[in-house]
Amino acid sequence: MSTPAVKRRLEAAIALLAGALFAVGLLVSGMANPAKVLGFLDVFGAWDPSLALVMGGALIVGAFGFAGASKRAVSALGLPMRLPTSRDIDSRLVLGSLAFGVGWGLAGLCPGPALVAIATGTPKALMFAASMLAGMALFEISPARSSK
Amino acid sequence: MHIDWVSFTPWRALGGGALIGIAAVLFARLAGRIAGISGIVGGLLRPHRHDVAWRVAFIVGMIAAPLLYVLLGHAIDVRIDAPVGVLLLAGLLVGFGARLGSGCTSGHGVCGLARRSPRSLAATGVFMAAGFFTVFLARHALA
Repeated sequence: MSTPAVKRRLEAAIALLAGALFAVGLLVSGMANPAKVLGFLDVFGAWDPSLALVMGGALIVGAFGFAGASKRAVSALGLPMRLPTSRDIDSRLVLGSLAFGVGWGLAGLCPGPALVAIATGTPKALMFAASMLAGMALFEISPARSSK
Repeated sequence: MHIDWVSFTPWRALGGGALIGIAAVLFARLAGRIAGISGIVGGLLRPHRHDVAWRVAFIVGMIAAPLLYVLLGHAIDVRIDAPVGVLLLAGLLVGFGARLGSGCTSGHGVCGLARRSPRSLAATGVFMAAGFFTVFLARHALA
């Protein structure tokens, strides 16, 4: 299509829109609120099934929208397709998801809602975001990162 | 188990979920990338040339949209009950775990499941189970 610099600008513009729409989805669905997420994870208490329907709504759209996407070499706008191809279920995947799930259950926050919560300026939201970044940075310097 | 009918918001959940799905599909179909928030953020910690702008743009979009919503006079309901110490531990676990496990609720739970990736199905099963178990311990077994 065009020069690499133009492609990168296009890519950033799409990212801005996709990020904004993603955040609106989190706001509309109520998933930006940790108390609501914990209401879903609390299956043995007063259970709020909303999160299951959020995933259901996203997956209905996604199942159609992603169909055949990984077979393409370039996107509809001519950008290279960079969808994951790995299929191994290894210990890193399981241990990482385990740690993630425990943290998610402790606070009710995961990365997307954490970014939305930053916009509220609540000190606790900023603390969580800073700590999450620290956890990511810890991974970057950990031996686990280099064995990737 | 009993359903909390007062908190349950089925239509907003489905509608908001559909918007999340549309965002993920648009991003994949137009930009060729996975809308996995932990990967997008984490990739900035070891920045590569020509791989920074789109990540920053996505994050700016995710923060700017709710900011605009607030500036238009709406309130965002964000209730964080966890005490500070727990919150900081949770952040470390979420950040480290999502990177070690190559994804979080968005990358594995939405994009990966929609793509029918066996890896993402395993990851989602594990973090859901861990989340259920953690909340069970915190609210019922140890409370």
